[in-house]
Amino acid sequence: MLELRRLLPYLVRYKGRVALGMLCLLLGKAASVLEPQVLRMTVDDLTVSVTAGKLLFYSGLIVAIALVDGFFRFWMRRLLIGVSRYVEFDLRNDFYAHLQRMSPSFFHRWRTGDLMSRATNDISAVRMVLGPGIMYPVETGVITIAALGFMLAIHLELTVVALAAMPFVSIAVKMFGAVIHKRFERIQAKMSDITAMVQENLSGVRVVKAYAQEGPEQEKFEEENRQYFRENLELARLWGAFYPLLAVLIGVGSALVLWWGGRLVVNQEISLGQLVAFIAYLSMLTWPMIAFGWVVNIYQRGAASMRRLAAVMDESPELADAPDARTSVQGEGRVEFRNVSFRYNGTEVLNDINLVIEAGKTLAIVGRTGAGKSTLVSLVPRLHDVSAGQVLVDGIDVRKLPLADLRQAIGFVSQDSFLFSESLRDNISFGRKGSSLEEVARVADIAGLGTDVSDFPLQYDTMVGERGITLSGGQKQRTSIARALLIEPRILILDDALSSVDTETEERILSQLRGVIRNRTALLVSHRVSTIKDADVIVVLEDGRIVEQGTHQSLVEQQGLYAALYRRQLLEEELERI
Amino acid sequence: MPDYHEEELLGKAYDGRLMARLLTYLGPYRASVVAAFFLILASSVLNLVGPYLTKVAIDDYIAQGDLAGLKLIAGLYVLALLVQFVLSYLQVYVMNLTGQRIMFDMRREIFGHLQKLHPAFFDRNPVGRLVTRVTADVDALNELFTSGVVTVFGDIFMLVGIMVVLISLNWKLALVSFAVLPPLFAVSLVFKKRVRETYRRVRTRIARINAFNQESITGMEVVQLFRQEPRKFVQFSKLNREHMDANLDSILYYALFYPTVELLGATAIALIIWYGGGQILTGGLTLGALVAFIQYSERFYRPIADLTEKLNILQSAMASSERIFKLLDTEPAIIDAPRERRPVRLEGRIEFQGAWFSYQSYGDRQEQNWILKDINLQIEPGERIAVVGHTGAGKTTLTSLLLRFYDVQKGQVLLDGVDLREWNLSELRRQFGIVLQDVHLFSGTIASNIRLGSPNISDRDIAEAAANVHLDRFVARLPRGLDEEVGERGSSLSAGQKQLISFARALAHDPRVLILDEATSSVDTETELLIREALERLMVGRTSIVIAHRLSTVQKADRIVVLHKGSIREVGTHQDLLAQRGIYYRLYQLQYQDQEVTLSTDTLTPAERADSHR
Repeated sequence: MLELRRLLPYLVRYKGRVALGMLCLLLGKAASVLEPQVLRMTVDDLTVSVTAGKLLFYSGLIVAIALVDGFFRFWMRRLLIGVSRYVEFDLRNDFYAHLQRMSPSFFHRWRTGDLMSRATNDISAVRMVLGPGIMYPVETGVITIAALGFMLAIHLELTVVALAAMPFVSIAVKMFGAVIHKRFERIQAKMSDITAMVQENLSGVRVVKAYAQEGPEQEKFEEENRQYFRENLELARLWGAFYPLLAVLIGVGSALVLWWGGRLVVNQEISLGQLVAFIAYLSMLTWPMIAFGWVVNIYQRGAASMRRLAAVMDESPELADAPDARTSVQGEGRVEFRNVSFRYNGTEVLNDINLVIEAGKTLAIVGRTGAGKSTLVSLVPRLHDVSAGQVLVDGIDVRKLPLADLRQAIGFVSQDSFLFSESLRDNISFGRKGSSLEEVARVADIAGLGTDVSDFPLQYDTMVGERGITLSGGQKQRTSIARALLIEPRILILDDALSSVDTETEERILSQLRGVIRNRTALLVSHRVSTIKDADVIVVLEDGRIVEQGTHQSLVEQQGLYAALYRRQLLEEELERI
Repeated sequence: MPDYHEEELLGKAYDGRLMARLLTYLGPYRASVVAAFFLILASSVLNLVGPYLTKVAIDDYIAQGDLAGLKLIAGLYVLALLVQFVLSYLQVYVMNLTGQRIMFDMRREIFGHLQKLHPAFFDRNPVGRLVTRVTADVDALNELFTSGVVTVFGDIFMLVGIMVVLISLNWKLALVSFAVLPPLFAVSLVFKKRVRETYRRVRTRIARINAFNQESITGMEVVQLFRQEPRKFVQFSKLNREHMDANLDSILYYALFYPTVELLGATAIALIIWYGGGQILTGGLTLGALVAFIQYSERFYRPIADLTEKLNILQSAMASSERIFKLLDTEPAIIDAPRERRPVRLEGRIEFQGAWFSYQSYGDRQEQNWILKDINLQIEPGERIAVVGHTGAGKTTLTSLLLRFYDVQKGQVLLDGVDLREWNLSELRRQFGIVLQDVHLFSGTIASNIRLGSPNISDRDIAEAAANVHLDRFVARLPRGLDEEVGERGSSLSAGQKQLISFARALAHDPRVLILDEATSSVDTETELLIREALERLMVGRTSIVIAHRLSTVQKADRIVVLHKGSIREVGTHQDLLAQRGIYYRLYQLQYQDQEVTLSTDTLTPAERADSHR
C-alpha cells in the first residue's frame, strides 16, 4: 500500500476540492441520519394521538431531509469523484511526458502493448483508489459512527443483540475471501493455460494442418476447457453461498431486534417509535459491511497498478542535456568520430572507430547485416550515447550540445521509415509545421514522391495509414526522406533509406538528391553499392570495426570485402533484370 | 491497431438478432434455466416476508403484549431466512452451472471452427486477437448469463411482489405511494440514455488514447529526432482531456441520478406518513401496516436504480458476441470435395499443370498479383527435387499449394493423377511430411512433439525415428531422455536440435512425400553434419521436394527446379545448370559458392567424417 503514497502530491493540488467534498459528505450524512428520528416521532405520535397538521409537518421534514441530503451528495460526488478524474488526467499526462523523455533503448526494453496498458488500465485502477476508494470508506465510517451512536442512545442491550451477528459477518467475509482468492487464482492459472494452448495452436496452424492434427488438438483443447469449467464450478459452489450467507446473517440481526426490541416495547423500556428507528439504523449499516470487501479489493488492485506505473516512471532518461550544454551549433556540419566504442547489453557493437567527415562531404558506410552501420550513424543525433570516445559535431562533443539544437541540425531517415496516421502533407511537414504546400511539394519532388502523389485521391491531403491509403515500402521511404529534407538540415543521414525502392527509381532519386547533398554533410548507410559509388569516402564495417576505407575505385581495386560486395550486387542486379 | 478502430464502432447496447442467436445456446439447458427461474421466483417471494412479519409483530403481538407470539414470529422470520438462503444458493449455483456449460460449448465451437479455417485466414488475423475471442470475449458473455439475465427477472418479480403485497394491505395507500413511480421511471429512462451515451464516449475516447499511444510509442524516435515532443504532448493532452470530460459528464449524471431516486423514495415515505397516518387516525390502517409500507418502499427503489448496472453487462456482452459470431460466420475457404477420394497406398507422383496462384484473391480486391505463373512440373515417385530461387521467387508458395494451404486459381495440382481438391483433406495431408524453416514446437515433451496427436505412432517408432535422425545422441545427455520437456516454444533447445526434432517428427509419420524448407540459420559444423546425414535418411524411398539452402542438397538432387519471379525458368542437374550459365549459375554464386569454402570437408561423407574422429 506504500506505493500509493506517491499519489499524495497529486491530491494536494486539489486539496480545496477534497476538503469541500469531505464537508459535503459530512453535512449530507448528518442530514440522512436524522430521518429515522422523524420516523420515531411519527410512530410515537401515532400510538398516542396526532393531528393531520403534525403528520403533514413530519412528511415535509422527510422530504426536506432528502433534499438537503441530496444536495450535499450531489456536490460530494462531483467534487470527490471529480478530483479522482483530475488526478487521472494529470497522472496520464505525466506518464506520457515521461515516455517522451525516454531513449530508444527504453523502447527496446518495454513492449508497446505493455506501456499502452499501463497508460490506460493501470491508471484507471489507481483512479479507483482516489475516487470510490476514498469516498466510500469515509462515508462508511461516518455512517457507522452516527448510526451506532443513535442506536446506543436508544438502548444499549438492544444494540449488543442487534450486532451479535456482526462478528460472524466479518469472519465469513474473511474466510470466504481467503478461499475465494485461492480458487480465483487457480482459475486465472487455468485461463492462462487455455490462452497459451490456443496461442500455440494458432501460431503453429501450418504444422497442425500439415500433420492433420486438428482432431487431437481439439481433444487437447477440450480437456483444458473441461478443467477450466470444473474450476469455475468449484468457485461457484463457494461464491454462490457468499451473498446469501451475508443476507442470512444480517437478516438474523433484524429478527433478533424484532424479538428483543418487541419485548422492550411491551415492557415499556423503549417506545415503538424507537424500535422502528432502531431497525432503520440497522439497515443503514448493512451496505457499508458489504462494500467493505469491495473497497479492500480496490486498494489492492490500485497498489499493484501503482507499482507497475512506478516501474516506468522511475526509469530516468539516459540522454539528458548536460548541465554545461552550449547554446547552439554554429558550424558547417563537420562530423568526427574519435576512438568511438559502443556496447549494447554487454556485447560490443562498435570498436574504436575513428572517422572525419568534413563539412559538405559525403560518407558512405557499407557492411553485412549486424556490422554496426545503423548504430554508428545513430550516435550522431544521440539516439544512443557512446560507451567510450567522442562524437563531435563542428568540434564539439554531441553530449555538450543541447539535444534540441543538435537534432535540429540533423535530418535523419531511418530504415523503417515510420509515418503517422495523418495526411501526407502533415507527415512531410512533421518537423516544420506550417510549411507551405509549395515547400512540401518541392521536397517531395526531390525525394521522387511527386509523381506518386498526383495519383493519390486527395494529393497531399491524402490520409496515410490505417484510415487512409496504404503506401508501399518505397513510398514510405521517400516520404520520410522528404520529411527530413524539409527541415533543411546541415547534416543529412540516410540509414538504408532506399532499400525498398527499385534500382531504377533509386538512381533517379539519387541524382536529384545530389543537388541537395552538395552543400550538406551526408552520411549514407546502404547495402547497395550503386547508392554510394560517388561518395567522397566509403568505409566498410565488419564486426564493429572499420576494415576498409577509400573511394569506390580504390576499394574495388583492393579486391577485399567491398569488391566482393560489389560483385554480389552486380549479380543481384543481373538477376533482377532477367 | 485495428482493434481500437473496431472499438470505436461498437456501441449498440442491444441487438435483437444477436440476442436471439445467443439465446439458442441456452437451448440444451432448458431444464436448468426453468429451474433457476422458479428458484428465483420463490426466493423473491421470501424476500418480501420480513416487512410483513414486522407488521404482524407490531399489530398482533407487541400491541397486545403477547411475548410468546412475538417469539414465534421471530422464529418464523429466521426460518424464512434459512429457506431463502438455500433457495438463492441453489439458484446461483444452477445459473453458474448453466453459464459455465454454455461457455464450455462456445469455447469448443470457436476453437473447432478455428481448426477448420484456411491458413490464409491466419495470415490476415493476428493470433493475439483470435485468442481473445476464445478467452476474454467468451468471459464477457458469462457475466450476461450468470448475473445479468436472471437477476433482472428476480428484480422484476420482486417489484411485482411488493406491489401485490402493498395493494392487499391497503389498496388506497398503495395507489398513493405508487404516485412516485411514473417520475421514477422517467428519471431512470433519461438517465439510462445519458449514461449509455457517455459510456460510449468514454469508450471511444479511451480507444483514441490507445491508438495515439500505439502510434507515438512506435514512432517515438521520429518524434524525438524532429523535436516534436511539445506538439505531440499537446495532442495527447487534448485526447486525455476529452476522455476526462466524458467522465466528468458521467459523474454529473450519476451525481444527479442517485439523489433524485432517494428524493423520490423520501417523497413516497412522506406520502405514506401523511396519507397513511391520516388513515390510522380514522382506523383504516394499522400502525404495523404503516411501518411495513415504509420498509417495502425502501426495497422498491433499489432494483430500479440497479437496472442501469445491468446495462453495462449487456453492452459489453453484445460487443463480444458480435465479434464471436463474426468469427464463427467466416466460412472455411478450403474444404473437402463433396465426393472425396481417400488414398489407400499412394505412389507419390506429383503434377503441376498450368498452375497460377495469387494471395490477393483471398479477400483483397486489388489487382491480381501472381505469385506463381503457369507452373508446369511433373515429379516422379521417389524423385528428389531441389527448388531454388532468389528471395520472393515463390518457392514456399509452391510447397503450400501441395498441402492445400491455398488452392490454385487457374490450372491444377495433381497427386497420383487426381486433383488435390478431390482428395479427402486430412488424408491428403497425411501423405506429406513437412519440415518448415522455422520449427514449431508445442509445449510438452520431445516425444510428444515427435508423435503429435497420432495414436498409431508407438514409443518404439519415436525412439527409432529419433535414432535415425541422430537425435538420440543429444537426447542421451538429457536426464529424462525423450520425455524431457521442451520448455515454452523450445526455448531451451538450439536451432539445430529443433531441426532434428522436426526431422524425427516427419520420419515418425512416415509420409509418401517429404516437403522440406531448409533452415538458413547457421549451426555449428558438427550439427550441420548430423543434419545432413539425417536429411539423407529422411529422403530414402520417398518423393522429396526441398527448398534448398545447402549446397550438398542441390548437388545430390535428381533435378533442380529454378523458380524466378513466379515462373519455372530452368530445370536440370547441378552440373547441367551450372554449364548453362543462366539464372542458376548466378544464384549459385550468390547463395552456395561461399559454402564451398566454409565446408571444405564436403569431400568426405558424414560417415567417413565420423570415422575419422574415432
